[in-house]
Amino acid sequence: MRIGVVTFPGSLDDVDASRAVGLAGAEAVPLWHGDHDLRGVDAVVLPGGFSYGDYLRCGAISRFSPVMTEVVAAAGRGMPVLGICNGFQVLCESHLLPGALIRNDHQRFICRDQRLRIENNLTPWTTGYAQDVEITVVLKNGEGSYVADGRTLDRLEGEGRVVARYVGVNPNGSLRDIAGITNERGNVVGLMPHPEHAVEDLTGPGTDGLRFFTSVLAAALV
Amino acid sequence: MARVVVDVMLKPEILDPQGKAVHGALPRLGFDGITGVRQGKRFELELDGALTSARLAEIHEIAEKLLSNPVIEDFEVHVAEVEA
Repeated sequence: MRIGVVTFPGSLDDVDASRAVGLAGAEAVPLWHGDHDLRGVDAVVLPGGFSYGDYLRCGAISRFSPVMTEVVAAAGRGMPVLGICNGFQVLCESHLLPGALIRNDHQRFICRDQRLRIENNLTPWTTGYAQDVEITVVLKNGEGSYVADGRTLDRLEGEGRVVARYVGVNPNGSLRDIAGITNERGNVVGLMPHPEHAVEDLTGPGTDGLRFFTSVLAAALV
Repeated sequence: MARVVVDVMLKPEILDPQGKAVHGALPRLGFDGITGVRQGKRFELELDGALTSARLAEIHEIAEKLLSNPVIEDFEVHVAEVEA
């Protein structure tokens, strides 16, 4: 399986995301923001970082990059897409996911090992997790506070589209402790914490994040 | 030649931590009696040629599509300067 990892100017975690894809047993295919095709990949990861310097709003300018036109079209055809941190912001700005990410309520950048509960294990990125299992991955963000109007939040919860929720501490003021959501179809997932930083014992708080990447591999083999 | 200003503000119901931090700094500087601060963005667009209603409609589109995120922000368009 070939998983594309997009690099925007200012992307930070594209290399770690590619490494996680490789550790999961798939081939990571580097994609550039200026690309007009997805090079035949089976899934796409939009990594964390500060694309276009977070100018205007996080993800606002990336949304209009040529590769995103292709990602939006592929997502519409059902291709699995995972946006992590800045990638989540890009997905919201692209209207592939509802809501928006705003500055942390406490104003500070936060970096910590974060406990999460996986509340939807039906997406191609989460099938490897047991329903409601708690995992620990890295969280690092300055603008990670998930907001949406009450009706949208009720709908997300009612349709089981909250993929992950913060447990113990709400690190950024996200409404209803939401850490990650999915679209109606379930193929597009946005996640503020970083599973790609929790795939090896040497460099992370454990390997709880690896299943995001092995899940999509298993989903493709079905 | 014309200059059109687009002001973008977070919707009233959206928390504005930056505005809150600015507000929090005021009493430390000895300024009292300010009950709230909201922080926004101002864009100044310089136009080539006459400002027609079609151009103005285009600027509304720019404001809606790029300059603001309608999920969290409102915008206002003002014509600041028109040179005949």
